[in-house]
Amino acid sequence: MSFPKDFLYTKEHEWIKVEGGKATVGITAHAVEMLGDIVHVEMPKVGAKFKQGDSFGTVESTKTVSDLYMPAGGTVLEINTELKNAPEKLVEDPHGKFWIAKLSVEEAPKNLLDQPAYEKHVAEDAHH
Amino acid sequence: MEFMNKSTSNGVLLEEPTLFERSRPGARGTSIPTCDVPKINASAKFGNAFRKNTARLPEVSETEVVRHFSRLSTWNYAVDFGIFPLGSCTMKYNPRHNEEIARSGEISNAHPYDPEEWTQGHMAIIHDLTEDLKKILGMEDVSLQACAGAHGEYTGLAMIAAYERSKNRNRRTILAPDTSHGTNPASAAMAGFRIQQIVTGEDGVLHPDTVRAAMTDDVVCLMITNPNTIGFFEKNVKEFAEILRAKDAFLYIDGANLNAIMGIVRPGDFGCDVIQLNLHKTFSTPHGGGGPGSGPVGVSSRLVPFLPIPRVEKAGNKFVMQYNKPQTIGRVKAFFGNYGVMVRAWAYIKSLGSEGLRAVSENAIINANYLKAKLSNVLAVPLQNANLHEIIFNDNATKVGGLDTTKIAKRLIDYGMHPPTMHFPLCVKNAIMVEPTETEDRTELDRFVNAVKEIVSSGDTGAAPVRVFREKIDEAKAARELKLKYNFNR
Repeated sequence: MSFPKDFLYTKEHEWIKVEGGKATVGITAHAVEMLGDIVHVEMPKVGAKFKQGDSFGTVESTKTVSDLYMPAGGTVLEINTELKNAPEKLVEDPHGKFWIAKLSVEEAPKNLLDQPAYEKHVAEDAHH
Repeated sequence: MEFMNKSTSNGVLLEEPTLFERSRPGARGTSIPTCDVPKINASAKFGNAFRKNTARLPEVSETEVVRHFSRLSTWNYAVDFGIFPLGSCTMKYNPRHNEEIARSGEISNAHPYDPEEWTQGHMAIIHDLTEDLKKILGMEDVSLQACAGAHGEYTGLAMIAAYERSKNRNRRTILAPDTSHGTNPASAAMAGFRIQQIVTGEDGVLHPDTVRAAMTDDVVCLMITNPNTIGFFEKNVKEFAEILRAKDAFLYIDGANLNAIMGIVRPGDFGCDVIQLNLHKTFSTPHGGGGPGSGPVGVSSRLVPFLPIPRVEKAGNKFVMQYNKPQTIGRVKAFFGNYGVMVRAWAYIKSLGSEGLRAVSENAIINANYLKAKLSNVLAVPLQNANLHEIIFNDNATKVGGLDTTKIAKRLIDYGMHPPTMHFPLCVKNAIMVEPTETEDRTELDRFVNAVKEIVSSGDTGAAPVRVFREKIDEAKAARELKLKYNFNR
């Protein structure tokens, strides 16, 4: 499993790609594998404002329901409507085509993991 | 498959249409007598509230209704059929003796508006059960009013909020470990608190340093389950109580797992300030089906003034309903709570006595550890520690061969058993949490062990279950394409 080098990550397995004042947010392939069959993604509303660490939606699988946490503070500009209608597709390309939301970033994200740190975090997680 | 349960509903598998499909115009279960009072013009009297179309209720006879539900009940699985090892749920067999007493006319015909002089016997039972639970828990006082475990949690937390108001404070943070029951954060939010999650140690228990580090001025309570959801005793619990008391904060114990410690240790003795019980777990009242339930709450002296009213008190040689408690949080349930459920728990406690209750917990622990010993070379045991009443396996040893947690659980159904809890607690990947309870004998435990062994050794990863009314259900498809509505026009 590989994770893009130009993303930043949370310990809760969200990723963020910041480009200028805008960012794309999703969940990692590791999160998707852990969740198993995904049956529902609850999306935020376009225009909703979040602080870093706020819960902005949920992902439901046949195993569990998990909160989605904002990797950065900002306002939702766009949500991935394709994912909303076909949540099972998340597994196909979680780092690319099946991002969850796009934001305008209003506060610089703090304490996120870079790719090597996230890889280490995933490896440690695997021990349990 | 010699361990397969052949006792239930093979041979008479009846397909069951809905009552709507069975409906025939004019079919009735009762004969309504001819109206002998003057008819009124209802549409004139009630205006817009008068419905223009009749309700689309199914028209069926009494026989059809009884057979419909009786047949559906044979599609079900219950602890009265066999082992029901749902970890964290304590699915124990309920002695029929409890039912016999609760259903006797003297008990079941009581009315909550009966005057106190008629209901002294019922008040004696409520008082007696309160006293027994105080002794079992080691708590200062107990309220029986809440009608479910989560309702008990809410009641306990509402008392903490009332205590804070009485001190002109408004601390809002509750600490809870990552192993806590899902109801804990929900109850906390309902009572106006916010949960801050703290991390369980590598050994599966919470550490004092973790609690100390999280203690800000806003922390009012630590909410833990003891023994915890992993089945380990929180051995540092006394130290947590000291840390909290030093700040006039509270130790909340979720009593969901009392079945492992009853008669052995008392939460009050390890510093508990609030504990809710689930009578349907530890005290063998009917479990599941949406109720009625009962979630008694025990409190330490700091919270006694805030208990819900009314309280059954002894005044001389009679019992009275006491409403005069100025600091009470008020009522949390109509009348006195679910009395019929209390009677079952009272009968259970009285029939077992203190030695019997201790034996319940000892046997629950022995049974879980028997399963651990028999299965630890078959399934992986991800967390090593001294187990109490439940044991967590996962699919680490079998997943490579394609036998993941879900597959193991589904195959168990083909052996005529309810699967254990799966994928919970969340801190263990693909957990299989088994809680046999004390009411399974060795033959039944061996049937479970042999079934798991055969599932793993066969390596068969084909779709399961097949020996059920609806085969090979695809739970992902079912969740994605959920259809809950009956289509009247089809």
